[in-house]
Amino acid sequence: MKIHEYQGKELLKKFGVVVPRGVFCPSVDDAVKAAETLGGKVWVVKAQIHAGGRGKGGGVKVAKSLDEVRQYASQILGMQLVTHQTGPEGQKVRRLLIEEGADIRKEYYVAALTDRASQKVAMMASSEGGMDIEEVAHKTPEKILKVFIDPADGLTDAQATELATGIGVPAESVGKAVATLKGLYQCYMETDASLAEINPLILEGNGDIKALDAKFNFDSNALYRQAEIVAYRDLDEEDPDEVEASKFDLSYISLDGNIGCLVNGAGLAMATMDTIKLFGAEPANFLDVGGGATTEKVTEAFQIMLRNPKVKGILVNIFGGIMRCDTIATGVVAAARETHLSVPLVVRMKGTNEDIGKKILSDSGLPIITADSMADAATKIVAAVS
Amino acid sequence: MSILINKDTKIITQGITGKTGQFHTEKCQEYANGKNCFVAGVNPKKAGESIFGIPIYGSVKEAAAQTGATVSVIYVPPPGAAAAIWEAVEADLDLVVCITEGIPVRDMLIVRNKMLKKEAAGGKKTLLLGPNCPGLITPDEVKIGIMPGHIHRKGRIGVVSRSGTLTYEAVGQLTEIGLGQSSAVGTGGDPINGLKHIDIMRLFNDDPDTDAVIMIGEIGGPDEADAAVWCKANMKKPIVGFIAGVTAPAGKRMGHAGALISGGADTADAKLAIMEECGFKVTRDPSVMGKLIQSLI
Repeated sequence: MKIHEYQGKELLKKFGVVVPRGVFCPSVDDAVKAAETLGGKVWVVKAQIHAGGRGKGGGVKVAKSLDEVRQYASQILGMQLVTHQTGPEGQKVRRLLIEEGADIRKEYYVAALTDRASQKVAMMASSEGGMDIEEVAHKTPEKILKVFIDPADGLTDAQATELATGIGVPAESVGKAVATLKGLYQCYMETDASLAEINPLILEGNGDIKALDAKFNFDSNALYRQAEIVAYRDLDEEDPDEVEASKFDLSYISLDGNIGCLVNGAGLAMATMDTIKLFGAEPANFLDVGGGATTEKVTEAFQIMLRNPKVKGILVNIFGGIMRCDTIATGVVAAARETHLSVPLVVRMKGTNEDIGKKILSDSGLPIITADSMADAATKIVAAVS
Repeated sequence: MSILINKDTKIITQGITGKTGQFHTEKCQEYANGKNCFVAGVNPKKAGESIFGIPIYGSVKEAAAQTGATVSVIYVPPPGAAAAIWEAVEADLDLVVCITEGIPVRDMLIVRNKMLKKEAAGGKKTLLLGPNCPGLITPDEVKIGIMPGHIHRKGRIGVVSRSGTLTYEAVGQLTEIGLGQSSAVGTGGDPINGLKHIDIMRLFNDDPDTDAVIMIGEIGGPDEADAAVWCKANMKKPIVGFIAGVTAPAGKRMGHAGALISGGADTADAKLAIMEECGFKVTRDPSVMGKLIQSLI
């Protein structure tokens, strides 16, 4: 789960990380009022969407008068902000953050994340702040420093100092940088984050260290014990079909192709998508119905897939284990009837009660095409839609 | 022979009294020698009782001491699952199989680091399979986990995968063409887990009753590439490889910093390439895994 920058900064502040003074604003008038309250001569107007790359897309502007604050806030609020992470249609800006300006002497990059290989928390830092960190990793990997943390020990002073001095924080500010890194680590652990990134972290003219941005991702397995984080969820920023699917405990992700697919198990679902592509078409979605699919769940899955106007055909691929093929077949028949299915449907079933399942499909009188293998199923659905 | 488990393995079930634990314990008992293998359950509140004829003990340590069990399987719900793993590790078991899906990553990080520290201090090493895995099976001997027993057939092909249903897919193909499996192992879909592809490949390499292996992986993390590099230098048996997720969108489950630290080698295409380079017979068509292995032996 992702959150907004202003929410991330609220979290960081609780853990002692210094952030610019700022106000979250849902309207242009609020933005001007916020700038007045903040005082000073320079303000930053920042679009709040979950995607990164907002600055390049025109979603971050520096205003030097209250008139400019009004002008930029009007421009940004409501715009379709297009960044490299939003896709070509962009994301509508519904919220703004108005912040005091900062006196930037130097920009750094710091982040905490879980490192699978070492099974530790990795804290990364770089002197190349404010840049696309993937590009830095590609071109100058030596400019990214990492330390690995055993959660029993936490981030030690020695490790934090190694990072701070390693990225060139001047001696008089190292103490502040160490406190920032330790706050970031503590925040990462206590909120069950899977990524906590500050880019840029800045050194100000007076030697202060400040987080100018905050990007968080949270472990969805831990949300049951993170009520405060769950309260930050913004459904406007999520794909409505994915939100709808999650209500029914379906794991669904929208893709760009025209073959809808419904599968049990994440690995098999990916393999099914790959097979569709291998045989010449593109999958319209990833959809794992999980181990405990019921008729209602299958019907809901069909409805979500069919809401996508691009879908020209559906492939159902089930390997029955604990879940029986006859249960799924009953669900598929009911769903096809209820949704008045008008696109071709190919069903491939294997495993527990395969024969009963196939009989339910053929007895239904519906034009369901059956298949033996995944390759056979993909060949048939591709032929049916072309 | 087989890997990790056989008909003589004695098993403790943690979370035996829950709905999932009960359902699967019954299925595991019914499979092959299961009646003799599943010897104990654990639930501190129900110690002294029994379920399906299996005695329930107050702790893993006590269950192990009373029955001589060396393996446990965990169906405990996510909030208590990591503690259940640690309890089994503290009881010095040989192997813990954690089926539970949805354990917070932080809990797994903490328990894995505790396990590594215990080993480093000279304590007994307990192997962990999973979490979020289907378990493992040695056909016609014993099954520990949630896979459907009837699709398996005793044979000489090893199967290892992270995913449950994709393991069943490979198993089903092998059974259909009459080859069967020596053991089939699901390592689980979580980012922080115990046994990895490389560990299972080592075991299959040393198992005299395994002739060849189907290794299945998916996007994310370094496990498949690590295993491939090890296999190139050490594996004496033919391997068929498949990676799911060629069409999976980048960044959908892991933030870009996650992809960054593993060096960008965790796409399906990158893994397929390194596996091919390391001598695997790789395929992009998961329907032919069984047929390919047949052509290699």
